[in-house]
Amino acid sequence: MKDKIILSVDNISKKYQDLENEVLAIDDISFNLSKGEFISIIGPSGCGKSTLLSILAGTDKDYKGNLIIKNNTNIGYMLQNDCLFPWRTILDNCLLGLEINNRLTKENINYVKELLKKYELADFMNKYPDNLSGGMRQRVALIRTLALKPDILLLDEPLSALDSQTRLTIGEDIFNIIKNENITAIMVTHDIGEALSISDRIIVLTKRPAKIKNIYQIPFNNLDYYSRRLDSSFNKLLDQIWRDLDVS
Amino acid sequence: MSPERKKYLKKIKNEKILVFTFRSLIIISFILTWELLVRFRIINSFLTSSPTDIINTTYKLLVDGTLLNHITVTMYEIIISFIISFLISFIVATIMYFIPIISKIIDPYLTILNSLPKVALGPLIIIWAGAGIKSIIIMGLLISIFVTTINIYTSFINTDEKYINLMKTFHSNKKNIFLKVIIPSNYKNIISTLKINLSMNFIGVIMGELLVSKKGLGYLITYGSSVFHINLVITSIVILCIMSYLLYSLVEYLSKKNIH
Repeated sequence: MKDKIILSVDNISKKYQDLENEVLAIDDISFNLSKGEFISIIGPSGCGKSTLLSILAGTDKDYKGNLIIKNNTNIGYMLQNDCLFPWRTILDNCLLGLEINNRLTKENINYVKELLKKYELADFMNKYPDNLSGGMRQRVALIRTLALKPDILLLDEPLSALDSQTRLTIGEDIFNIIKNENITAIMVTHDIGEALSISDRIIVLTKRPAKIKNIYQIPFNNLDYYSRRLDSSFNKLLDQIWRDLDVS
Repeated sequence: MSPERKKYLKKIKNEKILVFTFRSLIIISFILTWELLVRFRIINSFLTSSPTDIINTTYKLLVDGTLLNHITVTMYEIIISFIISFLISFIVATIMYFIPIISKIIDPYLTILNSLPKVALGPLIIIWAGAGIKSIIIMGLLISIFVTTINIYTSFINTDEKYINLMKTFHSNKKNIFLKVIIPSNYKNIISTLKINLSMNFIGVIMGELLVSKKGLGYLITYGSSVFHINLVITSIVILCIMSYLLYSLVEYLSKKNIH
């Protein structure tokens, strides 16, 4: 088990500074991520979930504690908003990450085209983002991240910009893509049902400053996105996590 | 085609016709009234000139070649100062973007220089750069350079934060953020800055020509007024109107051609 760990968070804390005062956002968080695992991080809004994610992504380097990532591990980061560039075609949007990292080889371009075909976006390859629905845009955003073949995928509330019906379908789409491509992932969300439908493990955080309140191993993680909702323990866990969050 | 669609298209077409008709009516009736007032000696053509006089003067100047000469000189001055001022503004704004501390340091100076009425510098510029084309180009430059720099820089730093965040998730450096986000997302802003820049250059160049110069439309205006040749003054102004409209349309056309 131990050699499967590809990312380990070791007593990480983070403070924000401004002219008036300093604010503790993350207070001493530790956990491990194994290869192939899907972890969801749930917490009340504004608790510092996204901050934690940007530390893991390496875009925020100003923190205390240790972040140990196995050598040659590639991390992909998918933001809440699809952020597609309106002046680029869908294909060019998907190639952005490769372009920036000077990895625009024929092989990689073909890989992206394959992904677009596989997830039913081939017809839109040369169209611009304003021709796409919200769900499609989210899929494009995911492919843009997958183009770099990440070993770990970080998802920051990937569905929160969608309406509730699209959420379910896209949720399933994204779940399938992630299982298909055999991706290790950490997702931040405030939707308990969504977390239960996708993850192997759920980490519940407290209000700011964020500490780990509880960690749940999901017993029905062998089921697919929809069947999970029908499992007898689904609602029990949902209720328990709801209590943990203590939203009042 | 459904009847509703027909009705809609017809409505759009009618509006276009209406706008065009009234636009033409305004200019035609203006010219006609002007001409008639002169013909019936209600106003004095010595002071106001008249449309036929303007046409005659234009024709005369065209035939002896002086008009083309003056237009070329003014055009040349405008284009040179337009290109130089845009290049300098763009480069300065880019430097300010890449090194934010510089923009913080020079900010008050830019504001002062921008709000200073540049005409006040006219006499100084003439003393320093001589009474010639150089002074005029510098005048055109000075009047537009600060406002263009400020406009370009402001649009750079107001670029949508989410695009920049996305670039950071790919560990992009600042150069790539600049090339792949800042420039393409501000394309429209830069074009509209170009338009302001152009009309500023126009003002500066004509101002310079009024102050010094022995050639150009601004010179024709000063010369005409000093010998009380109002025909010449008004003809030059009309030609200036046409010129600025043409230049503006050119920029507009170029900008539309390149937009997706």
